[in-house]
Amino acid sequence: MARYIGKRLLMLIPVLLGISFVVLILIDITPGDPARMMLGMTATEQQVAELRQSLGLNDSIFIRFGRFIWNVVRGDFGTSFMTKRPVFDEMIQRFPYTLKLVTISLALSIILGIPLGVFAATHQYSWKDNAAIFISLICVSMPSFWFALLLIKWFGVNLRWLPIAGIESWKGWVLPCLSMALGLTAIIARQTRSNLLEVIRQDYIVTARSKGLRNGTVIYRHALKNAIIPIIMIIGGIFGSSLGGALISEVIFSIPGLGQYTLTGLNNRDYPVIQGSVLILSAMFAIVILLVDIIFAFVDPRIRSQYSKKSKKSKKKAGTQIEKESQEIAAV
Amino acid sequence: MSETLLEIKNLAVEYHTDSAIIYAVNNINLTVKKGETIGLVGETGAGKTTIARSILRILPIPPAKVISGEILFEDTDVLKVSEAQMRKIRGNKIAMIFQDPMTALNPIETVGFQIAETIKIHNKISRVESHKRACDMLEMVGIPMERFSDYPHQFSGGMKQRVVIAMALACNPELLLADEPTTALDVTIQAQVLEMMQSLKEKLGTSMILITHDLGVVADICDSVAVVYAGEIVERGTIEHIFDHASHPYTVGLFGSLPALESTERRLSPIKGLMPDPTYLPKGCRFYERCPDASDNCVRFAAQEPAQAPGELAAAPEEIAIAPEEIEIAPGHFVKCFKYSKKTAEAAREGE
Repeated sequence: MARYIGKRLLMLIPVLLGISFVVLILIDITPGDPARMMLGMTATEQQVAELRQSLGLNDSIFIRFGRFIWNVVRGDFGTSFMTKRPVFDEMIQRFPYTLKLVTISLALSIILGIPLGVFAATHQYSWKDNAAIFISLICVSMPSFWFALLLIKWFGVNLRWLPIAGIESWKGWVLPCLSMALGLTAIIARQTRSNLLEVIRQDYIVTARSKGLRNGTVIYRHALKNAIIPIIMIIGGIFGSSLGGALISEVIFSIPGLGQYTLTGLNNRDYPVIQGSVLILSAMFAIVILLVDIIFAFVDPRIRSQYSKKSKKSKKKAGTQIEKESQEIAAV
Repeated sequence: MSETLLEIKNLAVEYHTDSAIIYAVNNINLTVKKGETIGLVGETGAGKTTIARSILRILPIPPAKVISGEILFEDTDVLKVSEAQMRKIRGNKIAMIFQDPMTALNPIETVGFQIAETIKIHNKISRVESHKRACDMLEMVGIPMERFSDYPHQFSGGMKQRVVIAMALACNPELLLADEPTTALDVTIQAQVLEMMQSLKEKLGTSMILITHDLGVVADICDSVAVVYAGEIVERGTIEHIFDHASHPYTVGLFGSLPALESTERRLSPIKGLMPDPTYLPKGCRFYERCPDASDNCVRFAAQEPAQAPGELAAAPEEIAIAPEEIEIAPGHFVKCFKYSKKTAEAAREGE
């Protein structure tokens, strides 16, 4: 298992290199000039050209790519064109906010979504099921920014229970988390329902019933445990994409998170900020997917045995491969 | 042997789907005595599994619907008892072995847990105790108890079926419903599993309903047979009666489709045609169209229904009994065929 995780982490390296390069290409083909934006409309052409030269923007894409990677390997993500602050420090400072927002929202939607899905599935064909589907359909269809605005109006403006922006106290987190959790809850509930319905029709559920188990035991112990496996995958995906998607909530509720930072960077054509944020977000995404795969192995004995078989059989092979890979990396 | 354990009276089950009503089981009667093994034979889709599932009340509802009938198990109607009471019967007094061992076990629980679970809920004993007894059950079906914590995917098909059997027998049930327990297994393993079931049954004194379409298996281990055709039991009786004096044309046809070693015939004589569509069952005798013995008597009876106007229906209810009644042609040997209803009618007339 440890060998497998190590291998997966090594596989991250080419993925992140590829992503960095694609980001660089995208930056290149996007119109807009950071030098011009930094100096303002009053600056002369010559001043702009000088700044471009000093920022290294005139070098070829491969040189810029190599420079970026080399700096990142040394732990330097560059300095923001606008704020002149190191990108890495800024990200480290902002990342906990995004992580907190996404984690709370996702936890909330798991706590609400899974029971809602189970409820709908166990009442299939009844009005309760239809009601649950209808509600989740509304939640999925409602744009989260619009729901956020509604929440602000109800709880912030009309009732004055909660602050409309800022995160000075725990109260500030309630509305952003709620607005993010809504859509996620609906997605998880719908997935739970459809997976559970599929599992309930399996033979082993009939077996479990024929043993004289209580309905609750059959559903939670035998059916849900099987149905949850694909849901874990989906939750992992949601978690990864929400790290980037949190920016809507961050902007609306002025949370100084990574999403907001990236957005500002994009607007200002602040290349180091864009490159750094995308790299961090994709690395996080990949790590979350890896975590999901590890959780899979713990939940499903079939996958677990696959890993252990692999490590027994191809221990030697994997060993040499890793050696080879590390040699290659050293060569680079 | 003489005491009745289970009695099914007039059971009818339908499946209501959006497009059609499937008449799966139509007014069947069946008696299982204590210690008896009764074979339920018939083609795929004849309604055998539905009968077994109705006894345990594990039909998928909806779409399944029990229309009428009683299932008396030790004089209580299992169709009427509360769900809580039913749970005490399931797995404890009546247990079921399922058709496909590959899918009948929960893939993410250990086999030991799945056996111990049944024991624990029905016996109010500690976890450790139930684990010990689950180990004993594994040993009984010939699986070393070291494999208690293995998962189903680590077992072969035959071993999985042994686990399923161990699970079914874990609480010494009085009635075992074996739904094609050997269909999914290869012939060698089939023989092993059957032999094991037979010896366990004798050891524990369990009654059994064995669902199969293998007449050889029936001959091997059953005491009596019920032949199911299109949701009806067309003939039932002791194994000697059925095998030596098969009376319903369908039963005769079933035996005709078996190869006999000593026979010099080069071709089998199968039953012509297919089983009727259970959504459009023919009126009257359901076997009529395929029956080699069909006579004018059957035709007349079969054709009578559409001609009968609703007004007349109320006026002369006796005359529209167009489906054959179950007739006892010998003690304990019942047949549903017009051939015999006529005979018995004659016999009754002679008696007068």
